[in-house]
Amino acid sequence: MTLETISEFFRSLWGVWLMVLFLGIVFYAFRPRNKDRLEEYGNIPLRDDDDKER
Amino acid sequence: MSTNTDAIVYNEDVVKKFVLAAIFWGVVGFLAGDFIAWQLAFPVLNLDLEWTTFGRLRPVHTSAVIFAFGGNILFSTSLYVVQRTCRTGLFGGDGFATVVFWNFQALIVTAALTYVLGFTQGQEYAEPEWWVDLWLTVIWVCYLIIFAGTIMKRREPHIYVANWFFFSMILTVAMLHLGNNLAIPAGFFGGSWMKSYNIFGGVQNAMTQWWYGHNAVGFFLTAGFLGIMYYFVPKRAERPVYSYRLSIVHFWALIFLYIWAGPHHLHYTALPDWAQTLGATFSIMLWMPSWGGMINGLMTLSGAWDKLRTDPVMRFLVSSVAFYGMSTFEGPMMSLKAVNSLSHYTDWTVGHVHSGALGWVAFVSFGALYYLVPKLWGRKEVYSLKLVGLHFWVATIGIVLYITSMWISGIMQGLMWRAYDNLGFLQYSFIETVEAMHPYYVIRATGGLLFVLGALIMVYNFIRTIKGDVAEEAMQPSTAGAR
Repeated sequence: MTLETISEFFRSLWGVWLMVLFLGIVFYAFRPRNKDRLEEYGNIPLRDDDDKER
Repeated sequence: MSTNTDAIVYNEDVVKKFVLAAIFWGVVGFLAGDFIAWQLAFPVLNLDLEWTTFGRLRPVHTSAVIFAFGGNILFSTSLYVVQRTCRTGLFGGDGFATVVFWNFQALIVTAALTYVLGFTQGQEYAEPEWWVDLWLTVIWVCYLIIFAGTIMKRREPHIYVANWFFFSMILTVAMLHLGNNLAIPAGFFGGSWMKSYNIFGGVQNAMTQWWYGHNAVGFFLTAGFLGIMYYFVPKRAERPVYSYRLSIVHFWALIFLYIWAGPHHLHYTALPDWAQTLGATFSIMLWMPSWGGMINGLMTLSGAWDKLRTDPVMRFLVSSVAFYGMSTFEGPMMSLKAVNSLSHYTDWTVGHVHSGALGWVAFVSFGALYYLVPKLWGRKEVYSLKLVGLHFWVATIGIVLYITSMWISGIMQGLMWRAYDNLGFLQYSFIETVEAMHPYYVIRATGGLLFVLGALIMVYNFIRTIKGDVAEEAMQPSTAGAR
């Protein structure tokens, strides 16, 4: 078995890799230790309420 | 004029231009749509002129509402949001963006003229000929440079989720536009320079076209407008989005799934069966991000549901998210082959598209405009919130008339096409189905008329807002907008 056939085999599983990548994102987003930091980002739009009336 | 807040200079002049253009093209596009709706009910309205036939005016309508109205909405909101959430002015300033603005408006007029004069690539939502496509490519790359440049010089460390949606929209639309418009001008072979042929033929062309077409819906009309939702719903509700973590998953689920759903436009065609099934499967999976996003938008209001009653602008935004949930439930259902065999090529599809386009895209745009116009012109609120409420109900009744009549006429049309008599002959001729649909065409066009009327109410409201007028009802603070 050459390196080429191994690489081809793993490339054929691209759907699995994308799925793993996506599940990794879900894990990152919902990991309890990331909660406070990520939820704080939700306040970004609200922190610029200093519009003046003209 | 730019607004100066804590030494941050926002470029709002060009945003104002895009806002005004969006309002103008919105009215033009809605009028064009309603006119061709009446044409379907009363063919005499084709006026017996080649330039005003349904076939030529239909792309004028679709391009005007999607690219002229929707496009200017996306330009204005994305360029506003990216500045506010990055706490910095536009890359290239007002000047660069203004060049983009005038080129985009000129391109819209040019494209519409070419349609009316009969020049077309013949690909749905990608009708402009090759030289208009090249011009749009330049405009779009400049837009990309402005947007990416602004993000790169941001003063806020994190890139707010709305910008992710806008950015994915810009990138994907660039890719789709180039992929679907690989055409060779006939001029190279002694033909006309005004005509080109796609390098793909047959089913490859069809697949590329619907890869483009469906992702125009997915990224132009969905991802871009979700960017609007993620900024303007929290701003108007004055509370952060329900779950920022859900918004991250929403974004990536949409990105991973949407691009595969195109083949569901080609069920029972020469496209290989596995590709059709793949398209349907990914469409069904799209329920996940669609409903995740809808929940995120709606739940942002939890604890502030009274705003739905007191604030008609909020009503537009929230209803748009509800329509988003409804039409993205209907879409995957229609992508199932069994359902599609009944619905495809019928008015049901037209009704589905409009529940998304009018209910989701236009309503979220109206909500954003009602927020933006007073902000940009330095007013406390729009001229009259009562008129916003009136606009809401007139437009909503219009949409309901539109989609219910199309459900009935579409399903009826599909059933009539497949009906056999006891000898195995088709029971109805084509013209009999057309006759049966006539009353529903009239109802649909009436619904469209209400939608146009609502938009004109909005235009009046904005003219008064920009002039600086305040309606009397708004003077009493306790009852502002409450009805």
